[in-house]
Formats: sequence, C-alpha cells, structure tokens
Amino acid sequence: MSEKKRATPLLDELKKGPWPSFVREIEKSAETNAMARDTLGQVERSYEDKISHWKHGGLVGVMGYGGGIIGRYSDLPEEYPEVAAFHTYRVNQPSGWFYTSDILRTLCDIWERHGSGLTNMHGSTGDIIFLGSKTEELEPCFRDLTEHGFDLGGSGSDVRTPSACVGPARCEWACYDTLDACNDITHTYQDELHRPAFPYKFKFKFSGCPNDCVASIARSDMSVIGVWKDNIQIDQEKVREYAANGTDIEHEVCQMCPTQCMAWDGTKLTIDNANCVKCMHCINVMPKALRPGKERGATILIGAKAPIIGGALLATVFVPFLEMKPPYDDIKELAEAIWDFWGEYGKNRERVGEFIQRVGLGNFLEEIGLDPIPEMVAHPRTNPYIFFEDELEEEEDA
Amino acid sequence: MAVAERKTDIGPPDFHQFLAPIIKKNYGKWAYHEIPEPGVMVHVAESGDKLYTVRAGTPRLLSIVTIRAFADLADTYCDGYLRWTSRHNVEFLLTKKENIEPLKADLHKMGFPVGGTGNSISSIVHTQGWVHCHSSATDASGVVKSIMDELYPHFVNMDLPAKLRIAFACCLNMCGAVHCSDISVLGLHRKPPRIDHENLPKLCEIPTLVSSCPTGAIRPATWEGDPSVEVDESQCMFCGNCYTVCPAMQINNAETDGISIWVGGKVSNARHTPMFSKLVIPFIPNNPPRWPEVVEAVVNIVNVYAKHARKHERVGEWIERIGWPQFFKLTGIPFTKYHIDDFKHAGETYMRTTQLRH
Repeated sequence: MSEKKRATPLLDELKKGPWPSFVREIEKSAETNAMARDTLGQVERSYEDKISHWKHGGLVGVMGYGGGIIGRYSDLPEEYPEVAAFHTYRVNQPSGWFYTSDILRTLCDIWERHGSGLTNMHGSTGDIIFLGSKTEELEPCFRDLTEHGFDLGGSGSDVRTPSACVGPARCEWACYDTLDACNDITHTYQDELHRPAFPYKFKFKFSGCPNDCVASIARSDMSVIGVWKDNIQIDQEKVREYAANGTDIEHEVCQMCPTQCMAWDGTKLTIDNANCVKCMHCINVMPKALRPGKERGATILIGAKAPIIGGALLATVFVPFLEMKPPYDDIKELAEAIWDFWGEYGKNRERVGEFIQRVGLGNFLEEIGLDPIPEMVAHPRTNPYIFFEDELEEEEDA
Repeated sequence: MAVAERKTDIGPPDFHQFLAPIIKKNYGKWAYHEIPEPGVMVHVAESGDKLYTVRAGTPRLLSIVTIRAFADLADTYCDGYLRWTSRHNVEFLLTKKENIEPLKADLHKMGFPVGGTGNSISSIVHTQGWVHCHSSATDASGVVKSIMDELYPHFVNMDLPAKLRIAFACCLNMCGAVHCSDISVLGLHRKPPRIDHENLPKLCEIPTLVSSCPTGAIRPATWEGDPSVEVDESQCMFCGNCYTVCPAMQINNAETDGISIWVGGKVSNARHTPMFSKLVIPFIPNNPPRWPEVVEAVVNIVNVYAKHARKHERVGEWIERIGWPQFFKLTGIPFTKYHIDDFKHAGETYMRTTQLRH
C-alpha cells in the first residue's frame, strides 16, 4: 500500500499557469484515495521515461455485457500496486449532458465507493468516464450504477454511446429534438450497444443545425443534422438594428454567403431562398434578426470516421431531408438496413464508410433499398469505366 | 442468487428529469441569444423568459472533489441545474441575472476560467495520453495544459476573427475530431512495431493481425519453429493498428515518438463546407513536462491567423483565400517532402493549375 505521496517534480510543473490543472485534480483525489496516489506516481514515471506505462486491456467486463468497460493494467505493478488493474467505465450520459447537483453527487458517491475518484467529464464519444477501477469492483460498481438509474455505454464493435447537442433545451436553432432522438435511439438499441456483434463500431450523433456542435459529420457513422426546407425567417427591423450597431451587412453577411443568395440595399435584406444551402452563416451573425425556417427536419449522412484504418472520411448525404418525429422509424429502418448489409459483408474492423468505398456507393444504395439522387455526390463520375450490369445480365441470359 | 436482482439494459436516465423549470417551460421555444460578455450567454424565449449561461473551462479530467464543488455552486446560484458542453466546458444555467457576478467570482477563486464563447478558443477536445492509454505516442493532458496556459487570453476574451477550435489526439486512433479542427495536435509513432515472438502466439490471432495492416506489411512467418509474423518495414507507416489488435506488436517508443501539427479543418457547414485538417509540422519530439516547441508552434499559428484573417474567416477559409505557399511564408514553417501526400488518392492533392501567386 502506497500511503505516502511520492515526489512528482515534473508533474508539479503542470500545476503552474492560469489554465486549470489535471495534476491538481489527481492530487485532490489522492488525498483520500490510494489508486489516485499511484496514478500520480505512474504518470510522473511516464514523464521521466517519455512513454506510456499502461498495458493492453484484455477481456474484462460485467456479466452479460460485451462492452462498456475498457480493461487497463500497469506495466509497473510492483511499483504502483494500487493501479496494477485500472479499468475504465463508460457510463452512458443523459442526452445533452444535463445534470442536477443531486444526481452529480449520486455519481460521485458511487465512484467514491468503487474506484479512484477520477473522472472525465466527458469522454470523446460523450460518456461519463470513471477512470480506474480494480477488477473485483467491476460488478459491484455496475450494480450500484444501475440501482441509481445509470447504465454502461458502448465499446468495441457495437453501437457506441450516441450523443446530442444542447438542442431545443437551450438553442433557438434546433431544427428537431436532438435530445429526444438521442435518448430514443439509445434506448431502442440497448442490445446492439451492450453486446458487440458488428464488424466494427457504429456511432450516432445528433446535431440540431448545420453548425454541428457535436461534430457528427466528421465523427459518426450515422450523422443526423437538423435543417429546414422553407424560407429563413427575417425580422427586417432587427436587421437594421444590427446595421446601425456596426455589422457590415454587405461584407460580413451577403458577400460571405456561399451561394451569394442575399442582397442588402441599406434598409432591406432579401434572400433568394431557393438558392440558400442553409449554411447558418447569416443566422450566426445576426441571431436576433434571422431564424431557420418553420418546415424543419434533418439531413441524414452516413460513414464518417477518423483515419484508422483506410483514411479519414467525412459523412455522405443519404437522405437530404427527413421529418424527425418520434418514434423515428425512418432512421431506425435505415440504420437496420445498413447493419444487415454491412454486418454480413463488412470485414473485421471495417467502418461503414470504408465498406461503402470498397463496394461502391451505388451498389451499397441498391442493397439497402435507397434510390440514387444527385444530392449524394459532389459531382457525377469523371471516368468512363462504367460497370453496365444490365447489359452483362442480358448476355448471360441469352 | 444475487445476480437475479441485477438490472441490465436500462439505458441512460431520461434527461427530462435534469432540466430546469425554465427550460421545460420554454423547450423548443427559444427566440434568440446574445453573448453580453465572454463566457456568459443569455437565451431569450418567445415567452420573454431569460436563461443565463455561465461557461467555464475544465481540464476534462476531474476529481469527484471538484464535481461536488460544482454541484455546490449550482445549488447556491442556479437551483442545482448545470450541464457540460461537447468541449468539456461546464455550464451553469441561471435564471437570476444578479447571480452571474458572484458565480464568476467563485469560479475564479476555484481556478476555473469563464470564457470559451463566440470568437474565442474554447477548451481543447483531447484524449487520455499517459494518464490512461496504452497506445499513446505522447501525453495529452500535459500538452493541452501547456498550450492553454499560453492561449488563456483567447479563452477569456473574444478577440479572434472567428472561433478557433483546437483538438488533441495522442495517436492516430484519434479519439477526438482532430482530423477536422482549426488546429490539430496529433501524437505520432515513427518506428515499426517490435515483435514479441515468444508471446505472440499466446496473445494474438495471426490472421486477424495480418489483416489489420492497412498496407499489407505484415505476413505470417515462423520464429524458432513457432508461428509468428514478420513486418516489411519499408511498408510500415506506423499507424499502430497492429498493436491495437495484438499486444505483442509494441509500437510505443520513447526515443522516436512525438507530435505533429495540422491546420485548417472544420466541422461546421457555415460558409465553407466541412474540411479536413492538413499537415503543417510533421514532427516535434516529446519534451515533457511542458512541450515548449509544440506550444510555440501553436501560438505562432494562432498569432499569424489573428493578424491576417478577415472577420468570420476560420483558419481553413483564410488559408484557402491566401493559398498554402503564403501560409508557409507567413508562419515561417518549412515545407518538406513529408507534407506531400503519398497514401490513397494522393494525386487529388497535387496542384494542377498555373493559378499561382508570384
């Protein structure tokens, strides 16, 4: 048992400066928690050695689940015995990361009983992260969590914990209820989330408008981005107010519009809404004067990912506009059609986006039953190597 | 049997129970918002109700001691209602305007800066690094802390041409949107994996390992009569995917691991469509505890951008307007052969026009 605080001269350097220090956070827990004390020691050691001292996870988890716990072991267990096993929980956050003080205290009490007292608020995918648990505490902590209304998130080749922007709870630009959609989809797919059965991970992210505050277009296999179809709502009086208060409407708004669909004559702003691509720039600049239209829904894009393995991808438009009403049957049908095809033919650790590139978007659409439309491509093909399947089949028949 | 009582698959708690009454009342009926000062927003509902948000930066890694202190602040100033943002900021949701100043003062006393709104640099989205990850090529929290100590004035002020988003990932797995950020700091490995032949057959499935390599550099082989693999090192690009699927392929290397810097990405659809970040500095060695060379490089890019970009222009939009040659000239960053892509579709990144500035 390592009861004394070790000297950490390198980490002490990171307690200086105005930005809040993660070292101070570990120290706060280390005052009462031996695991946090050994965390400090081992991280100091990494700072000396310039290398991580954590080992691969191996298979740890809670009974009946295949995901939600990330196994982690120290490669210096004799020196830092309290972190010899130091597993992570992904605890599924409430939609939009809303809490009350009471529920936060409940979470803190659970984590004080079972682990290091260290957290991430939040992990990159959105979960509440409990950082550092011994193997024997996994089941008791899980039981404690579920008794207080919390469950684990995803890990491995499963539905990863969906996340959503602040949405209609506090944002005037939310074109659908991101929080409800996220909550509904998460509850619908509990089995897919807890029991990995896919070729690789599958992420849902819900953004309420094209500003995309949860980076869904870059990071999710199914990206649901709120958008409107009709005219931007204009309050001309407020536009004039912005102009009077120093906003250069011509240069800051009209000329920066990607389709140049706006005109300002000094008293009136006119928008050629048929040519508006709903980028949000003008609305971002003048939130009191302009608002998204009233006919609202979402664009569904598929297949974004980071580089591993075949290179990074942004998501591709699959459905330009979809009404977003509970029980969200349309996006569930689309997700399930994708899972059926990718689940059968996807290779191990191949994300949906990579799979689409391998089989071709045209073939993929055919398999999941979506018609090809020009909104799905930046431009039609430029090469003449066309696989005319119809001709081929006719010849075979003959 | 005890396990019979165990609950599973209950899913996350319903968020509605954590919403403040003013939010429940005005849900989906907000009219507009303003940012009266850095770190403070007021959202005005169609009903006329006003919700004040005070946003503070955090190091993401939080002790339960701090979370309880945030809970106490929320009880004191906003009936216990608070949330986190997608960039690790904590937000207190107030109905009483007069509570803004005392809350800000308390946060200041606790060491948590109020800011991150509008044309600022918000908190850096980042990964675990040496605090908890097995495949990290560098630490995350320490580099982020060192960068934000220097960029602090841009967090607490809104003095940039547009918002500037920085992301950090400690290896190519990129547990964060670093491939689409204004400035991305990315840990890199630069040596092929060291094969632990003795333990490999016990720890790993060889077919899975072989197929994990994106360039086909890993082949089945025998080692002292036992099954193992060999790596064609000339084909290895140090992605570490083999190490993820097989612990006997150690990719971490204290001498050669380090950091790269990428710029000009964005995820928002405002004005320019979403863009990937592009490489500007291929490698900076790890220099803990404060990585001064990385900090200096990031600060330089921020300063050059702040000086030259037009209002509302994100980093990538600014560079697209002035051209990459001018970016390298203004920042003084050397251009090397490593900046030129040689992976799939590399040809699409070559310049194929005479439209150049002389």
